[in-house]
Amino acid sequence: MASIFKNHGKLERHSMLLLLFIILVVSVGGLVEITPLFFLESTIEKVDGMRPYTPLELAGRDIYIREGCYLCHSQMIRPLRDEVERYGHYSLAAESMYDHPFQWGSKRNGPDLARVGGKYSDAWHRDHLINPRSLVPESIMPPYKFLAEHDLDYRDIKDKLRAMKTVGVPYTEAEIASAEDDLRAQADPNQSPTKLQAHYGSKLNIRDFGGGPNRVTEMDALIAYLQMQGTLVDFTTYKADAPANQR
Amino acid sequence: MGDPLSSTPSTGSARAAINTGGAPAYLIASIFGALLFTVATVLSRDPLFQFQGWIFMIGFVLASAALTIGLSSGAFNQAASRYMDNVIKAGVIATMFWGAAGMLVGVIVAAQLTWPNIFYFPDFGFLNFGRIRPLHTSAVIFAFGGNALIATSFWVVQRTCKARLFGGMTAWFVFWGYQLFIVLAGLGYLAGITQGQEYAEPEWLTDLWLTIVWVAYLIVFLGTIWKRQEPHIYVANWFYLAFIITIAILHIFNNLAVPVSLLNHRSYEVWSGVQSAMVQWWYGHNAVGFLLTAGFLAMMYYFIPKRAERPIYSYRLSIVHFWALIFIYIWAGPHHLHYTALPQWTQTLGMTFSIMLWMPSWGGMINGLMTLSGAWDKLRTDPVIRMFVVSLAFYGMSTFEGPVMSIRAVNALSHYTDWGIGHVHSGALGWVGFVTFGSVYCLVPWLWKKDGLYSNKLVEWHFWIATTGILLYITAMWVSGIMEGLMWRAYTPQGFLAYSFIETVAAKHVEFIVRLLGGLMYLSGALIMIYNLIRTVGLPNTQHANHPADALPASAVLAGE
Repeated sequence: MASIFKNHGKLERHSMLLLLFIILVVSVGGLVEITPLFFLESTIEKVDGMRPYTPLELAGRDIYIREGCYLCHSQMIRPLRDEVERYGHYSLAAESMYDHPFQWGSKRNGPDLARVGGKYSDAWHRDHLINPRSLVPESIMPPYKFLAEHDLDYRDIKDKLRAMKTVGVPYTEAEIASAEDDLRAQADPNQSPTKLQAHYGSKLNIRDFGGGPNRVTEMDALIAYLQMQGTLVDFTTYKADAPANQR
Repeated sequence: MGDPLSSTPSTGSARAAINTGGAPAYLIASIFGALLFTVATVLSRDPLFQFQGWIFMIGFVLASAALTIGLSSGAFNQAASRYMDNVIKAGVIATMFWGAAGMLVGVIVAAQLTWPNIFYFPDFGFLNFGRIRPLHTSAVIFAFGGNALIATSFWVVQRTCKARLFGGMTAWFVFWGYQLFIVLAGLGYLAGITQGQEYAEPEWLTDLWLTIVWVAYLIVFLGTIWKRQEPHIYVANWFYLAFIITIAILHIFNNLAVPVSLLNHRSYEVWSGVQSAMVQWWYGHNAVGFLLTAGFLAMMYYFIPKRAERPIYSYRLSIVHFWALIFIYIWAGPHHLHYTALPQWTQTLGMTFSIMLWMPSWGGMINGLMTLSGAWDKLRTDPVIRMFVVSLAFYGMSTFEGPVMSIRAVNALSHYTDWGIGHVHSGALGWVGFVTFGSVYCLVPWLWKKDGLYSNKLVEWHFWIATTGILLYITAMWVSGIMEGLMWRAYTPQGFLAYSFIETVAAKHVEFIVRLLGGLMYLSGALIMIYNLIRTVGLPNTQHANHPADALPASAVLAGE
């Protein structure tokens, strides 16, 4: 033991050796815990139904992030009896596979939103976002009146899809090229949804999400994002008890 | 930045360039920076990118002006034989300013959750909770804590190495560059610039800027160690070094992202979903471990022995707990992800190491407390020593509470609740806050060459008001956190969930009021401290020839072990 302490004197006299040792020692934990997650196939379940966000949903997600919604709302239902009964099927790793970054959250000042999609009407969401206490008197959520007043700025939506593609989300060149059209088509029931559906499948909410006709507001985008939360994975074909899904 | 130190005689132009500490190079870089961001701001179509561009532009223009004036007036001619203390003075002022600002924002967000009808403004969306909560966390962790660490590390490394800070003006670049980072991040949150990762909210451009500043910080710190006249590197410097290098690693890997375009403020992280979560909490937990723990332990290892005038209790314990702490801390991140979609093996590893972390954490507490052996009487006479002791007590308590909360079964109850908020505040207000206050109470008379503080009585007031505030805060959060956790999982005899979510929110109202009161008391204490420090600076200068600032460094005390 004593020799260990004697040899420690070497580290105390050589700053670069000390620095090197510190780097080695702090690297171990991260390497052991993080790197396998990229290689172990069991990390993310095989599921049916996951698709990248549509341009409108992606724009909505950016507003969700901009407003710091994740600071009060989790998107991670734990496999505990009360959570599954309150919010729905526990969250799968696959459900956030296209989330750069994840939005699981760490605090519930408000309820979990992982499966909020389809739970309430668009009108409920709009009124609730404008003034939460008009619908839920005890609510402590901030008011988001301005979302309904601001037109969505989606001049950079193509760049956003391309950046997402760079980090690994499987958008095609055709999807990137028609991102602006696809965005408008989802928020306007009077436009032809053919191309949008060709890109993102038929399981889409296509309607005026509450921003009013002939315009796409930030409110439309955010509600479009909320209304698809947790609705993609097909739980009729997902076998939670299958050995491959036991992690 | 007027330098009151006597200037050394310079011979020849090469010598003069050294004496200005590289200021001409910084002037050229500032002008280049101002031009670069003028062009970028003009070319960008993204209003939020332009917003950042304006802040950069103003920063670089101010820097160019200050550098020009400084160079032409000869204010940068430095006395290389003296310690570089003006940058530490600036750091102490910044610490207290950002501390008060960050705590004030904390009080405001607490008020918003308590009385949403009064403290939310539908027409001023940028003041909503989601935008100013990161302002609060970043201001107290990175602006208050970060400035305290940079300032004290500059003091400690000079004294324990008996060497002037390395790199000339670079120390000033670190200081002002860091303030620019704080302004970019803080105003950015209000404007809506965030990448949505807790405690790592700043976007790619701000992240890049911080990386440059942080590398400069590492160079100044390491360079000063290279110049040391002591054979041994003092223990406080091991902790500072571990903090600086590990924060750099964490910052880089958690912020790897692809910008939407080079003229767009937004970027997307390279990791997604599970991996993104794991990297984030590897980062997040070790921001706690290396910034809020290792960094402040470094402070503890210098200022407590110095103030108590006792040597560090155990040299061997400091070796064992240093290496154990930095090795084990890194593994603890997954305890933030219990019962999530993160694979269970990772969660279990995180939990196991979190429990093991208890002992090395307490190693620091024991070493700090036992250093007072033989000096415990000072607890009665010196309120600053009392502040240090209470900071170690809160450190010990929250590093015990942490491992308990990391146990899966406990975490099932505590996660997502106010218990977590209470836990971080017992660590942040009790440990980080108090050890910083204690160190600043030591530093101000040393830096401004005074016999002592303006008023020990006011330190007493600060101590008692703040301590009571912390106790109110954490007990309120324990009650509300455990209550809401139990209400979420409560069932009626018929087997239905007993409470709707909103009932659990409404139930916390009284605890929220108590929390707000606690926060207000803590803020009041800090304001009393600021008043006391300003009056201290106004005192007449000390007459003693042998000033504490020039006294033998603590490493010499340690060497006697």
